[in-house]
Amino acid sequence: MDEACLRELSKIFAQDQLLTNLSDLHSYSYDASFGTYLPNAVVQVKNVDEVSAVLKLANRYRVPVYPRGQGTSLSGGPLPVKGGIVMDLSQWKQKLEIYPDDLVAIVSPGVLTSEINKAAEKYGLMYPPDPSSSHVSTIGGNLAENSGGPKGLKYGVTKDYVLGLEVVTPEGEFIRTGGRTIKNVTGYDLTKLIVGSEGTLGVITKAFLKLIPKPPTTQTMMAVFDDLVISGKAISKVLTSGILPAKIELMDRSSIIAVENYRPLGLPVEAEAILLIQLDGHEETLNKEIEETNRIVREVGARETVIPGSREEADQLWQARKLVSPAIVTLKPTKVSEDVAVPRSKIPDMIDRLNRIKEKYNIHLVVFGHAGDGNLHPNIICDQRDTEEMIQVEQAVSEIFNAAIELGGTLSGEHGIGTMKSPFMEEELGSITLDMMRRIKTAWDPNHILNPGKIFPEPDQNSLVLRDG
Amino acid sequence: MRQLQEKINYEKTFDCVHCGYCLPACPTYESMQKETHSPRGRINLVKQFAEGKIDIEALQEPIDKCLGCNACAVVCPTNVEYSKILESAKGVLDEQKPKTKKQKIAEKIIFDQVFPSKTWMNMIGQATWLYKKSGLQSLLEKTGLTKWAPLHLGQFEQVLPDLPSPAERKRRQKVAKAIGRSKAKVGFFTGCVMDSIFFKINAKMIDLLTRAGVDVFIPDEQTCCGALHAHSGKLGSSKELAKRNIEAFERENVDFIVNNAGGCGARLIEYEELFEDEPEWRERAKAFVAKVKDISQLLVELDTLVFTKPVHEIVTYQASCHMLNVQRVAEPPLRLLKSIPGIDYREMEGSDRCCGSAGIYNIIQYDESMKILDQKMDAIKPTDAHTIVTTNPGCLLQMKLGIHREGLENRMRAVHLVELLYEAGPERRNPYDY
Ligand SMILES: Cc1cc2nc3c(=O)[nH]c(=O)nc-3n(C[C@H](O)[C@H](O)[C@H](O)COP(=O)(O)OP(=O)(O)OC[C@H]3O[C@@H](n4cnc5c(N)ncnc54)[C@H](O)[C@@H]3O)c2cc1C
Ligand code: SF4
Ligand code: SF4
Repeated sequence: MDEACLRELSKIFAQDQLLTNLSDLHSYSYDASFGTYLPNAVVQVKNVDEVSAVLKLANRYRVPVYPRGQGTSLSGGPLPVKGGIVMDLSQWKQKLEIYPDDLVAIVSPGVLTSEINKAAEKYGLMYPPDPSSSHVSTIGGNLAENSGGPKGLKYGVTKDYVLGLEVVTPEGEFIRTGGRTIKNVTGYDLTKLIVGSEGTLGVITKAFLKLIPKPPTTQTMMAVFDDLVISGKAISKVLTSGILPAKIELMDRSSIIAVENYRPLGLPVEAEAILLIQLDGHEETLNKEIEETNRIVREVGARETVIPGSREEADQLWQARKLVSPAIVTLKPTKVSEDVAVPRSKIPDMIDRLNRIKEKYNIHLVVFGHAGDGNLHPNIICDQRDTEEMIQVEQAVSEIFNAAIELGGTLSGEHGIGTMKSPFMEEELGSITLDMMRRIKTAWDPNHILNPGKIFPEPDQNSLVLRDG
Repeated sequence: MRQLQEKINYEKTFDCVHCGYCLPACPTYESMQKETHSPRGRINLVKQFAEGKIDIEALQEPIDKCLGCNACAVVCPTNVEYSKILESAKGVLDEQKPKTKKQKIAEKIIFDQVFPSKTWMNMIGQATWLYKKSGLQSLLEKTGLTKWAPLHLGQFEQVLPDLPSPAERKRRQKVAKAIGRSKAKVGFFTGCVMDSIFFKINAKMIDLLTRAGVDVFIPDEQTCCGALHAHSGKLGSSKELAKRNIEAFERENVDFIVNNAGGCGARLIEYEELFEDEPEWRERAKAFVAKVKDISQLLVELDTLVFTKPVHEIVTYQASCHMLNVQRVAEPPLRLLKSIPGIDYREMEGSDRCCGSAGIYNIIQYDESMKILDQKMDAIKPTDAHTIVTTNPGCLLQMKLGIHREGLENRMRAVHLVELLYEAGPERRNPYDY
């Protein structure tokens, strides 16, 4: 990066907002995925003028800029793969306003997602999108990745709760999209275009979010199955019976065993699968619905069902689901976590394909996830330091992607494409669709300043690489 | 390179999957607002250093500014052993980083002579006491502390408690008998700072224990727990101190080894790990560790006290990080507090977050520490507390300083849990029970 560019940056930013020493550069060189890339500078922005000034400068000097929230991306989203400037938005967290009468929240980009929900709850409202990382990740990151969570089944994902945005374009111009109203059809829906654009089309500087009334209570159930395919059928049957649970989460046998070994909670270790189901609503309705759900899953073939009698017992069941991630890395330190999604009816097929891939490459593969909406998390447990093994893993992951696409599914349900999945884009979308997307990108960002190297495969990038260097 | 990697726990850095779950828990990430000063950032820097990608200068500041509060390890989903990584990084820094001659001399005085030595600690206690009578200068000159760094001791000196006279110190008996029938034999690990600056709290502690129905032994040969040494990268001397303590308490053949300083207690329970390659000492350390308890744990387990004098105050509790995050003692202090009649207990927001005292952090990283303290005071004020209760001398001094900085001395105080329990008229419930 040009010395002159750096000098100009130092005129815009106070000393403590512009980081250039080696320890700082290393600290913004990674996210929660793979690979580290050193930027030339990090700027910590806290207002629109700063964002705009950086982008204008970057266009003049042709220096790449990478927006970054809390760096929890699992797909390489904020990595400064081509050097340049990391724009840290995580410290811009000053605005968090709730307008209960409008059911609207207005937030700055660095606010943590769980804080929004916490603030809404004070008014009996909620902000439903609940990625498991919601207590660490920023709303800006969630918007850019269109993140979702278990509650996606009933309530949808981030994009379903965005009324409007304030954005600085890659060329440094300030725009507003959408508004504060539920209905709005004026022009192209740029809001939806920006949401999920992974920081390649603009820097989100403010969001107007929709809130909804918080259901008064919840009820949980665990259903135990001797056969994975039957658990898949149970999901379909529940969903076609007029009941819409808030969450349906699946744990396969290896994840059950991993959790039980990690922290004994009394899970059924000999089962092939368990489903954790949560219903929410009014107490009277819930009592009826849970009975009905119980009847249905047993009819389809659940071996056993457990309906916890207290809040604590219910929490403990959900704790089991939360422990899957930490439990599985006790085997080996590296976790390659994928998040393919398939049409719900294809869940059993997908699981079958996963089992075959597991055997073929002789890898530790664990499956869990938001089975209710078809979003599975096949996780491969390996050791980054073992090059041989990592090559096997790379091939296995490619095959997982292929399987998902063949079954009519998608590469990513919620974690985004970033650097990790870009080689597979054309396969899923076809060359014309991908080209239309490229054209949109070029129209917004003619100099390819904002977050280059993401979403679209580089010319020489045709397979997944999880190894450094 | 291999050697360095081993020394710095390089392999353990791979346990970190960069998930970032530790970020919201880290007080220095909150106060300094940079990934560089977060647990994930620090672990990454240690890794980069071990791989030769950064030099020691780049590692130093982020490691020096870590509080060592261990809050990150508690929330980490993959159980990264952060404290081990931190300690080894400090060890390597201590060996390799260029230090000024003055710094070396001062560190030597502090770590080799002051903290392990009873005489010195008494002398600091007495010197502080002397200061109260005669002025700060003599204290600073006697301890040689000012040569070391800009220590801001003046700040702390304003909040030091009344100290007992040397004669009073000398009068303390080595054994105190239980009131009523003795339920157990307890060795009291007095702690350097507690015993020098907060000698009077230790005296109340002994009284409290006898009222709770145990015989109390105070072995003379005990020495510093070694926490400050280990946290500054001086593992070698830390081991020597551990051996001396193990020996001292073995001699008395006690049922429990009780302490009232969260930081010391956390170190004591880690003694076993110090001797991975010395099997005999490992065994002895194991037996020692099995007996270690915080005063709050012991009192809750004994369950022999009733509190007879109501305390009509709003009380809030600032946990000691080492007690909470290393010893993992969370409930007992609260149980005891809530059993005092008349108390209006109000939890502050973030009561589990470090107050910024962190060993000698508030002395050598004064500015950073004060930022964290200011945030802490902002969390305390809305509780309208009259009394802030802590369980560690460093935290206690820090809280006193916080009150002083806010100018709240006339309506707020900071006390050790032991003091408040003592005020509440502790009496043994059934003195002749077994
Ligand atoms: C343990 C763990 C569990 C997870 N669970 C889930 C889950 O259940 N569901 C889910 O969907 N995801 C999950 N994730 C992934 C991740 O947390 C989300 O993608 C999250 O939205 C990233 O937020 P962030 O603040 O960390 O952003 P970052 O990782 O810093 O950035 C993510 C992307 O957003 C862009 N970006 C950030 N801020 C802005 C902005 N203001 N304007 C424009 N672009 C911006 C970046 O350029 C990057 O492309 C999980 C991650 C981890 C580590
Ligand atoms: S929580 Fe643990 S694994 Fe996650 S970033 Fe922090 S130290 Fe690493
Ligand atoms: S020990 Fe405390 S200050 Fe240090 S990294 Fe962990 S949480 Fe942060």
